[in-house]
Amino acid sequence: MADEIILLDFLPSIFGMRVRVALAEKGLEYEYREQDLWNKSPLLHEMNPVHKKIPVLIHNGKPICESTIIVQYIDDVWKDKSPLLPADPYERAHARFWADCIDKKLYDLGKKITLTKGEEQDTSKREFLEFLKLLEGELGDKPFFGGENFGFVDVSLVAFSSRFYAYESFGNFSIEAECPKLIAWTKRCMERESVSSSLLDPQKVHDFVAGMRKRYGVE
Amino acid sequence: MGEEVKLFRTWSSSFALRIVWALKIKGIEYETVFEDLSNKSPLLLQYNPVHKKVPILVHNGKPIAESFVILEYIDETWKQAPLLLEDPYERAKARFWAKFGDDKVLTSVWNVFIKQGKEQEEALVAATENLKFLEEEMKGKKFFGGERIGYVDLALGFLANLISIFEEIIGLKIVDEEKFPSLYSWMQDFAEAPIIRDNWPPRDKMIVKFQALLDATIASSSSSSK
Repeated sequence: MADEIILLDFLPSIFGMRVRVALAEKGLEYEYREQDLWNKSPLLHEMNPVHKKIPVLIHNGKPICESTIIVQYIDDVWKDKSPLLPADPYERAHARFWADCIDKKLYDLGKKITLTKGEEQDTSKREFLEFLKLLEGELGDKPFFGGENFGFVDVSLVAFSSRFYAYESFGNFSIEAECPKLIAWTKRCMERESVSSSLLDPQKVHDFVAGMRKRYGVE
Repeated sequence: MGEEVKLFRTWSSSFALRIVWALKIKGIEYETVFEDLSNKSPLLLQYNPVHKKVPILVHNGKPIAESFVILEYIDETWKQAPLLLEDPYERAKARFWAKFGDDKVLTSVWNVFIKQGKEQEEALVAATENLKFLEEEMKGKKFFGGERIGYVDLALGFLANLISIFEEIIGLKIVDEEKFPSLYSWMQDFAEAPIIRDNWPPRDKMIVKFQALLDATIASSSSSSK
């Protein structure tokens, strides 16, 4: 009996993109269902009653929520193909630490860059770049955060690159000027079919963020 | 060659307690290094340069930070008395509830404690909503892990102690036995379980600490509104 995999998602969502990348890395067939986040479906309410958020992976009828948890689930279930987490417990802890770090910092800082102005935006830009430089340090000379192989931390981070153009545009700064190694890493990731087919085009993301700015009255 | 396990922690941290419990449940020998967060040791800064926080587990010289990351490391390294089940779906559920505990429950319970007036009322509404989800998840079970204490119990365990301390200080009920019978009964069972019971930080010191935090917060908010 084949697996039935459904993904409740939203195209511009960074968190959704992580799951798309993980599913693609494992070569999995699934049904993608775009959600209207301003008019949430009964299925979304039923599958994620606690948060009512996407992404939600529904595997043979059972829901899994929270992107980092979903990616680990995918890696646990389909462990024979393209492992995302390494085998060694210390290496795994290291990867989980950095994925957690990215979760705690990057989204909120990015959001502030696009939705605030003046001093608050300047502070957010500075902290954002500082954090990206920290990540560059962690990457070092490795091709990927996972080492020779594209791994868990790469999956956690790469989706943010679809939003870089929006951050630069609304924040009026250049990420490549400050973090060239990280931009080189994003280009390397985009050479992978799993990434290029899963990330939304940066112009489309930009237009989505422009819409959000209007909605929140930032313009 | 022996294993060398060290735990850097503060005496009162709920996050550190998770690690203490996990190590003791698995029967792992370890050394405690208490940190004063107003005067962080060079070792702390070396072992956790990104966050500069505790707890940090150091195993044979290698540091691991962030309590949930540490718990999974402990479970993967020492296989006796497993905290997480083998099944990937059960693991995903456990991770979900642990994250919910920190992101939502702890935040809302903390706000009930630290805020005043209307903000406190709103915090209580949010906390009640969040606790309802835990109540639902708890139904029919002795522990979140089933018959045995598991990962989610260790993740949420701080509630069993901290909530009663907050309730005592502010004179407000957060987990009412009638509204949350399963959760209330879990809090008693968990707090009294062997190993858990023996490792709570001293209650009188906790009351003094949190009362002082509350007093300082009230003082600074009233002085800033002048």
